[in-house]
Amino acid sequence: MKRASLSRQRLAALGLLGIPLLTYPLLGLPGGEWFGLPAGYVYLFAVWAGLVVLAAGVAERKGK
Amino acid sequence: MLLSGWSISLIAAAYLGVLFAVARYGEARADAGRSIISANVYALSLAVYCTSWTFYGSVGRATSGGLSFLTIYLGPTLMLLFTGVILKMIRISKAQRITSIADFIASRYGKSQLLAGLVTVIAVIGVVPYIALQLKAVAASVDVLFAGDRHRLLPWWLDSTLLVAAVLALFTIWFGTRHLDATERHEGMVAAVAFESVVKLLAFLAVGLFVTYGMFDGFADLFARAAASPELARLVQPDSARAGTWTALILLSGLAIIFLPRQFQIVVVENVDEAHLKRAVWLFPLYLLLINIFVLPVALGGLLHFSGQAVNPDTFVLTLPLAHGAEALALLVFIGGLAAATGMVIVETIALSTMVCNDLAMPWLLRSTWLQGEKGRDLSGLLLLIRRIAIGLILLLGYVYFRAAGEAYALVGIGLISFAAVAQFAPAMFGGMYWKQGTRAGAVAGLLGGFAVWLYTLLLPSFARSGWIDDGFVVHGLFGLAGLKAQALFGLSGFDEISHSLMWSLFANIGLYVLVSLNSRPDATEAGQAERFVDVFRYAGSATDARLWRGNASQPQLVALLERFLGPVRARQQLAAHAATRGLADWRELPADAGFVRFAEGELAAAIGSASARVMVASVAQEEDLGLDEVLGILDEATQVRAYSHQLENKQRELEAATGELRAANERLREVDRMKDDFIATVTHELRTPLTSIRAFSEMLHDDPRLELAERTRFLGIIVGETERLTRLINQILDLAKLESGHAEWTSTTVDIGAVVREAMASLEQLFRDKAVALSGEIPEIGPQVQVDRDRLTQVVINLLSNAVKFVPGGSGQVRVRVLPLADMVRVEVADNGPGLGGDECRLVFEKFRQGGNTLTDKPQGTGLGLPISRQIVEYFGGNLWVESQPGAGATFIFTVPLPAPEA
Repeated sequence: MKRASLSRQRLAALGLLGIPLLTYPLLGLPGGEWFGLPAGYVYLFAVWAGLVVLAAGVAERKGK
Repeated sequence: MLLSGWSISLIAAAYLGVLFAVARYGEARADAGRSIISANVYALSLAVYCTSWTFYGSVGRATSGGLSFLTIYLGPTLMLLFTGVILKMIRISKAQRITSIADFIASRYGKSQLLAGLVTVIAVIGVVPYIALQLKAVAASVDVLFAGDRHRLLPWWLDSTLLVAAVLALFTIWFGTRHLDATERHEGMVAAVAFESVVKLLAFLAVGLFVTYGMFDGFADLFARAAASPELARLVQPDSARAGTWTALILLSGLAIIFLPRQFQIVVVENVDEAHLKRAVWLFPLYLLLINIFVLPVALGGLLHFSGQAVNPDTFVLTLPLAHGAEALALLVFIGGLAAATGMVIVETIALSTMVCNDLAMPWLLRSTWLQGEKGRDLSGLLLLIRRIAIGLILLLGYVYFRAAGEAYALVGIGLISFAAVAQFAPAMFGGMYWKQGTRAGAVAGLLGGFAVWLYTLLLPSFARSGWIDDGFVVHGLFGLAGLKAQALFGLSGFDEISHSLMWSLFANIGLYVLVSLNSRPDATEAGQAERFVDVFRYAGSATDARLWRGNASQPQLVALLERFLGPVRARQQLAAHAATRGLADWRELPADAGFVRFAEGELAAAIGSASARVMVASVAQEEDLGLDEVLGILDEATQVRAYSHQLENKQRELEAATGELRAANERLREVDRMKDDFIATVTHELRTPLTSIRAFSEMLHDDPRLELAERTRFLGIIVGETERLTRLINQILDLAKLESGHAEWTSTTVDIGAVVREAMASLEQLFRDKAVALSGEIPEIGPQVQVDRDRLTQVVINLLSNAVKFVPGGSGQVRVRVLPLADMVRVEVADNGPGLGGDECRLVFEKFRQGGNTLTDKPQGTGLGLPISRQIVEYFGGNLWVESQPGAGATFIFTVPLPAPEA
């Protein structure tokens, strides 16, 4: 295995996507309330859950 | 009463007993070869990351820092996504028999005992506050539970924290060092830790649900009430004023998840299958997410409920259920907290004790005269003893730190000090894995620099804060120099202490590591190890390894060494296994070559660390020093061999492709050859027909001189006709051959296609009139201009017209010619009302020597070459020639010629 497998590259890309989404200045954008809950709280957990779901999708994919 | 001292002690003891049973079960299964370490167990065991800090401290942190407690869990989530980095660590560790993070760094930089010792010292000192945190949290939880119990349980000289430390030390020693495992894998421990992860998650979710839905009306209610108070409303939104801290904490926790000694132990050393990583990459972050959902609600609930009372927020998870009389829940929470603390303490102290034993005690022992005198003794018992003492000492240090500084900090504050310490490993680790030029000198300089800054800006101030040492260096700066204020170094203020320390320590660390590395030269061992680490995914392996060691070794001495450190039984097992891989039945036949030396060193490394193993092997084997240049030579050669084999592969692929092409070309040639044969056969046949007839009539003329004149004239007429046909045939064959071979001469001029068609019609008028066939045309006055060879175009039209006149019935025959200018081409149609052509025939008429009509009964009326030649010509012009026809409904031959592109 000379090159990083595709799924590893996909996961790393996900990590690179997560860094800006979970830090400032993007983190400063949500304000007020979403669904009756504080927007910042909802945003953080939603992005987090999204990353987990996507990572699961990539990692558990069959084959390559 | 449920919460009496005895019942709590009993339940705690029962829990520890269950833990022990789980570990025993895991070990028994491992010994039986049926490991229970699945991908899920591995992922759950990573949650040893969630300690009392998470269980008690996060809530406390949330009451002051709001959402910032989440950074500690977002960092690991992101770090794990970079699976390639972790996979590389695992791969290297397996190849090098790495047993700890100190071993990893030391091994990379030339199996240096100095570096191993340094990393161990940093790790122990760095992690001590973290252990203090666990002690403090468990002690606090015990105090909270016993607050209602008026009977004093403990004598005055024994505080609860010391008791907790002692119990944990005994339990860990009992649990973790029962035997010396040569692989340094503890499957029982991993199973127990995974079990603890489940317990603490369930306990925390229980208290979270209780507070959120039992005491309040769910999330919305809690947040609505919090919003009413400006004090609390601040906590529920990210605070952009602290953006720097937020990012620093994510970085810090991302590093901690792989560089904390216990995390390295679980993630790397205890990994049994690389594929497990794929599960951990999402299951562990999911675990973190779940255990954090209720942190903020519990914190808000506590603040709302105990508003105005002096209740330690770090104990909200216990005090909230207690305040509502939910004693069973409080007990469950207590067990959850105990699980969080014991899991951390067990793995951390086992990892640290291994490091202390291998990298601090061993080098000292190996030099001491006492051990020299005891040659030949089995030392595996001694190693165990050292580890046990180390566990006790580490917990004692934790207790001392708690006494010295613990009271001044909240739980999370203490933990972050440890995180900042292990972050110092990052440059040497990442540099070691991805940068071959990183040297031992650079690593030592970087670690020392970073550690010194950490000590000065974070650890010492934590002592100063509790008044244990004078705080002058924090308030006024060292020697009264304001630039040296410990938490505003060189005037850098406005940061919190963690970001400040992380910034300066990593600056010093990375700076020194890079600077010194670039200005020092690695020795031979280092260069070899650098190659093995950085190129682990494509390292050539044993062939190069064998060349990298040269010297004399004696097999019995090496075997004695193995027996000494592994114990005789284990040593024999490993020897037998090694002999089997080399195809030998008896290990006594193993030659004392480079491969055997390497095997022995690997086995020793698993027991006493790579640096000590190297020293031990060197003590019985005389290794020739290869020198840096030779080592680099061998490594370069290996790299070149790799490159050559890669090139060879490429060449082979090219060769295969070329062979394929050749084969295809050969096929084509055969096909063409066959066609040529067919063609010649047909041509010969076609030539023979007129010749036969000429010969027959000539013979008749020759043999019979008394033939009538009229008869004679008729015969001669036939002969002339056949000769003409023969000439035409030969001309056409030559013409076709020229066209096909591309040797035909073309003179391209601008031609009015309508005029050409009219001319051709005029030249054939007589022929049509003779057969009484009507010829009509529908041609524009000024025809479209095309770029063609005029004579060739005329040839095509005449050919189509003469074909048409041949096949229409005499008298009633009709031939119509149309010239239609279209958008980008001219379409010429020659339609007749002859017998027409069937579906197949429409295609076949364009084949060579294919005659229209039934050739068996009718006398051939043409050469069968006119249409193929016409098609060649039209295609040369860039157009098409085809026929549209139905049997009995006449045929329409159509050809197109493209119009020249309009000049721009």
